[in-house]
Order: sequence, then structure tokens, then C-alpha cells
Amino acid sequence: MKSHTLDIVLALTQKELKVRYKHHAFGYLWSIANPFAYAMIYFLVFKLVMKVKVDNFPIFLLCGLFPWQWIANSMGVGPMTFIGNAPLIKKVNFPRNLLSLVVVIQDMIHFFASIPIIIVCLFLYNKSPSLNWLIGIPLLLIIQLIMTYSINLFTATVNLFFRDMEKLLQMLMTFLFFLTPVVYKPEMIPEKYQIFLYCNPVAHLIISWRDLLLNSTINFASIGIATVWCLSALFIAQITYKKLSWRFAEIL
Amino acid sequence: MTVVEFKNVYKSYPLYHHITGGIKNLVFNLPKALKEMKKMKFQALEDISFKIKKGECVAFIGRNGAGKSTTLGLIAQVLKENSGKVTVSGRISPLLELGGGFHPELTGLENIKLNGILLGLTREQVQKKLNDIVEFSELGDFINHPIRTYSSGMLARLGFSVIAHLDPEILLVDEVLAVGDAKFQEKCLSKMKEFKEQGVTIILVTHSISDVKNLCSRAIWIDNHRVRMDDGVEKVIPEYIEFFDISEIQSKK
Repeated sequence: MKSHTLDIVLALTQKELKVRYKHHAFGYLWSIANPFAYAMIYFLVFKLVMKVKVDNFPIFLLCGLFPWQWIANSMGVGPMTFIGNAPLIKKVNFPRNLLSLVVVIQDMIHFFASIPIIIVCLFLYNKSPSLNWLIGIPLLLIIQLIMTYSINLFTATVNLFFRDMEKLLQMLMTFLFFLTPVVYKPEMIPEKYQIFLYCNPVAHLIISWRDLLLNSTINFASIGIATVWCLSALFIAQITYKKLSWRFAEIL
Repeated sequence: MTVVEFKNVYKSYPLYHHITGGIKNLVFNLPKALKEMKKMKFQALEDISFKIKKGECVAFIGRNGAGKSTTLGLIAQVLKENSGKVTVSGRISPLLELGGGFHPELTGLENIKLNGILLGLTREQVQKKLNDIVEFSELGDFINHPIRTYSSGMLARLGFSVIAHLDPEILLVDEVLAVGDAKFQEKCLSKMKEFKEQGVTIILVTHSISDVKNLCSRAIWIDNHRVRMDDGVEKVIPEYIEFFDISEIQSKK
């Protein structure tokens, strides 16, 4: 039974990877082009126009934008995860949360595949990866996988009963992006507002990623906070899913 | 041995799929809105009870909307009863319907692999049966084309070919024999008979009287969300036909 669950996850992930870029000539390149395009535009606005004081701003941006893109992708498709698989849910009795897992696994694969690109960029700025990556990357991959899975599962479940979730989420994502230190340093936030960083479920995740990728340091404090957030999110998402999953087939 | 048992099963669907009519309506008329929501129910099944033994071949008949597919959904355990008790023991083949669970962009072959696993086979089992499935479907070169290029008959062929190679203890079939050309229909029928001989319990929802006669020994007639008749095919079918003839004449008058 356990191994069959694994088979389902593998088969669905394979399918998603095959289908995702089927109609796009540049295929996988798009998942790299996106962070670069955003890095360029933020560089333009925040460095050239607004003169933000951050050293090596382009690489600083990239180290935040790549992990952010994973979060944004997994979150953005959340509302469609179950609706898009309606025929399957109505016909086959299998654990529906696997669908969420598959979405975030394939986003993780895309992120993982972009790490070499990040390394190349680091070399351009005379930086290089260190042994700390060997511990830090697997650790953060797992935390972020759980975090994105929880967000995806929660939004997918709620959206079945409250379709406005989709619109709401689009707005929330813009909020979340600017409230998360992706385009600025967390230290730039005025002292009295620093506390709000703790209230942001993904802020410390992004901070941990950037500390690891850019400075090769494992920021245990931030990783700890990110872990607390990801476990609470998992708890909430699983409970919501458990309570409502029996009605999925009839509501679709 | 009983493999499927329904005991006084009720199933209703709420009609307020999600909060429609806007939040405004909800907030200003909260008590009234809530009361209305509770009333808006569609009773799909009322007090259904029956038992199906291992190796039986049972057909559910009845007009559209009578509750046949809901019954099948309950047996497949994708739906949950409101009250009463549904007990099912044994590996169930999923409800199959035209192209359910197929992805239009994948080729026939890729869909077979994906579908086979989703329907309960392991990766190795699918790999082993792959050639048989392809051969059974008789789709030829089309097997390597995306299935969005398939006709509905071809989709049905692909769907049934996967099902035919599963190893179920209970086979649920929802109107699948109606499509496909005559030759393939015959092939499906003989495959189902083969299943029957192996002792697989077959539960069929269909409007085709000839399929019922051909395959089943027992028919359960669901009318108006209740069991109207549950007996041997030779007794149920004549009454069923007669009933429809009479109601047709009445509606013409």
C-alpha cells in the first residue's frame, strides 16, 4: 500500500513535468527566465531609480527570487489543484492530498534545477558555494516543501467551498511578496516594525535561503522560526483537509 | 459472502455548492439565509437497502437522475452516505466513465501508464501488462499520439482496455459499453463475461436492456431515489419495459 502511494506520486509528477511546458518552445528555460526578468526590473526600480544601498544587488535579488518563485508558483496554482483534477477526484478513491504534494514536488524540482544557475551567478560576483550548502540545502528544501505543501493543500481545499479564495489569494500574494524581505534586507525595516517579520510565515524561510546561498551561512535562528511556521501550517492544512475531504467528490 | 451491503442508506446533496448570492446577502439576512441553505437539498437516495454477494452480476436500471450513479459513487467510496451504512469489502475497480482521469496532452501509451497506476496497479504490473493493453485497444499507431486527437470511440477503447487488465474483485461499470463500434462492444462484453467466470463481482449501470439480459442475472430498479424492484432479470425487465411503455403513452395523451 505504501509503495503504491509512492507509485502514484511518481506517476503524477512525471505527468506534470511532461505536461507543464508541452506547448512552449522554450520549455524549462521559462522557469529560469522568470526570476531573471524580475531581478532586472527590481534592479532598475530599486537600485537605479530609488538608490537602495545593498551591495551586489543583482545577485542579492536572485538569491531571494529563486526560492520566492517556488513559493509563488505552488501557492498560485493552489486554488486549481483540486478543481483542475475534478474527473480524477470524482472517479478514483485515492488520497487527494497527493495532488498537492505532486504540485510542490515539481516546483521543488524546478527550483533544484536552477541552483547551478545561481552558482554561476555567484562566481560572476567572486563568491562561491561552500560545504555548508550540503547541510543547508536539504534542510531548507524539506522545510519549504512542507510549507508550500501546506499552503497549496489549504487553498485547494478552501477554494472548493469558497471560490473567491482564488481572487483573494492573488491579492494576498502581492502583499506577501512585498512584506517578505525579497527585494530588501530585513535589517532595513525600522526597529519598531521588526516584530512583524515573525508574523510572516515565509519571511524567515527566504532569509534563511539568502543567507545560505549568498553568504554560505546557516542561519539557525531563522531556520528555527521557519520550522515552527511550517509545522503550524502543516497542522492547520491537514486538519482542514481531513474535515472536508469526504465532500470533495460531490462538490466538484 | 456479501461483498456490498447497503443498509437504509440516505444520500442528499446540498444545492448551495458554495456561497453564492454574495456575502452581502448573507450578512444582512443571516438567519433567513442559513435556513434557506438547509432547505436547499437534493435527496438523491432514500432508504436504499440491498446486498450483493461475491460473484454476482447486478445491473442498476432506472431513468436519468434516479440515483444510479450516486449508488455507484457510494460503492466506489468517492461519496459518503448521510445516514445508514455502506459496507464494501474487496478491491474495487474505480467508476469508469469516458476518459475520466486521462490527460488530453499525453499520448495513449503515457495515459495507460498513468491510469493503470491511479487505478490501483503498481508500476511493475503496468509495465508487464503494457503490451497486452495496447494490443487489446487495437489503436495501432494512434497509441503514440496525444489523446486529444482521439475520437470518443477511441477514448472508450483506451479506457476499457486499461480496466480490462486490472485485477479487481468488484468491477463497477457506468454506461461504458454504449460507445465504440459494434465489434469493440462485443469484445468488451466477452471480456466482462470472462471476469464473471473468474468470480469477479460486476455492478453495471446501463440503459441498454440487451446488455442487462446478456450479462446479468439480477437487476435493481431504482425509481424516484428508492429501490422499486430487486429481483432476477427475467422478472424485472418485463415490468420495467411495461412501465416505460405505459408512462410514454400517458405522456402522449
